[in-house]
Amino acid sequence: MKTIFHHKKITGLLSVVPETVVHFEDEVDNYTFPPKQTMRLQKVMGYKQHRIVKETTSASDLCCAGLSYILENGWIKKEEIGGIVVATAFPDHFIPPVSSIIHGKFDLDEEVACIDVSQGCVAFLWGLLEAFMLLEHMPDKKVLVFASDVLSKKVSKKDRNSFPLIGDAAGIAVVEHRDDAGDIYAIIRNRGDVDGVLRIPAGGSRLACSAETAQLRDTDGDGNLRSLDNLVMRGSDVFNFVQTVVPPLIDDILQFSGMSKDMVDWYLFHQPNKFMLRKLAEKLEVPYEKMPMNTVEEFGNSSGACIPVNISYNLADVMKTQMQRCCVSAFGSGLTWGAMTMDLGEMDFCEMLISDC
Amino acid sequence: MEKIYSILASLRPEFDYHASQDFIKDGLLDSLDMVSLISELEEVFGIFIDALDILPENFSSVEAIAEVIKKNGGTL
Repeated sequence: MKTIFHHKKITGLLSVVPETVVHFEDEVDNYTFPPKQTMRLQKVMGYKQHRIVKETTSASDLCCAGLSYILENGWIKKEEIGGIVVATAFPDHFIPPVSSIIHGKFDLDEEVACIDVSQGCVAFLWGLLEAFMLLEHMPDKKVLVFASDVLSKKVSKKDRNSFPLIGDAAGIAVVEHRDDAGDIYAIIRNRGDVDGVLRIPAGGSRLACSAETAQLRDTDGDGNLRSLDNLVMRGSDVFNFVQTVVPPLIDDILQFSGMSKDMVDWYLFHQPNKFMLRKLAEKLEVPYEKMPMNTVEEFGNSSGACIPVNISYNLADVMKTQMQRCCVSAFGSGLTWGAMTMDLGEMDFCEMLISDC
Repeated sequence: MEKIYSILASLRPEFDYHASQDFIKDGLLDSLDMVSLISELEEVFGIFIDALDILPENFSSVEAIAEVIKKNGGTL
């Protein structure tokens, strides 16, 4: 999919991160690997600390904490909301949608459109696309995009390749129609993952969760223990996929939007791990300083919420006062990868909320 | 070549890399060991290893690793 959106703007951005911080040093003994070998990964992969939710916290809890904060601060009014788009890979329930739960908790008007999008790492981009399309039909309203995931619950604590990196968070963007807004160029691509490169094998209609699926096994023979209820991430395959498809995608989106690499102020990418981002920056010949890659070591990879977390952590002041040319890109489960170029900034708010919900 | 063996031994001292024909098949190097190895090679040889060269088969033996180093501008 390749398209241009006109007169759309992100006018506010909030990320919501859990209060609980877990340090990598405290988890080293959970793994079957020699501690020295595991600690070596700290610097190169960005294994430092991550924020994870309580056992009782769901995707909607982070969203609701964020929306309450936005309303309390008066950044938007309930009556202005025309739509809610929630993009998540791990909803509260299969039924009802998370967007409906948020709608009910805030007692929103019955005319407010509610949509859930089942997406992981590219959730924020898909959420924005849905919001841009909704706004074509409600130009006087505001659409809220929530990208929220609590995938720490689905990653085995004995999987050294995945658990130290995983984080929980929600990102909330207020999207509006603005006559003076610049064009937004978007490309999203898919390569259906039938091989299980990124998959949670059990828990859906294919294979129900059971005592059998909950058993931890060293399936790959590499010392990482996980069950069929856990997220499987085939690291080498994901790395090769990302390094192969993302550089040409960035070339394509820049050409589509008539920009050179130098014209972009910020490359705001999904935050899988520091090594992968460093290699992408080198391949793209983009200075490290233009591609923030410090989010994963502070918060963990929060799936679809990574981009809002990245922006609010690194660029909050800039986003409230200046306009910046940005190339936003995400890639992951699906397999899906996408990019947008847009002017971001002069927002009504750009904040990070630490929540104990 | 001994420099490469030395780096490998520092990563996983419990393994004998001289005795293996294929580090990947023999389980002496997993995907995150590869990440650590690449980081060390880049520092020691003063190179940037192209992301598209980061494939398991390119790190399955010291000869293969030496080729990657040379391809990315390093000298042994």
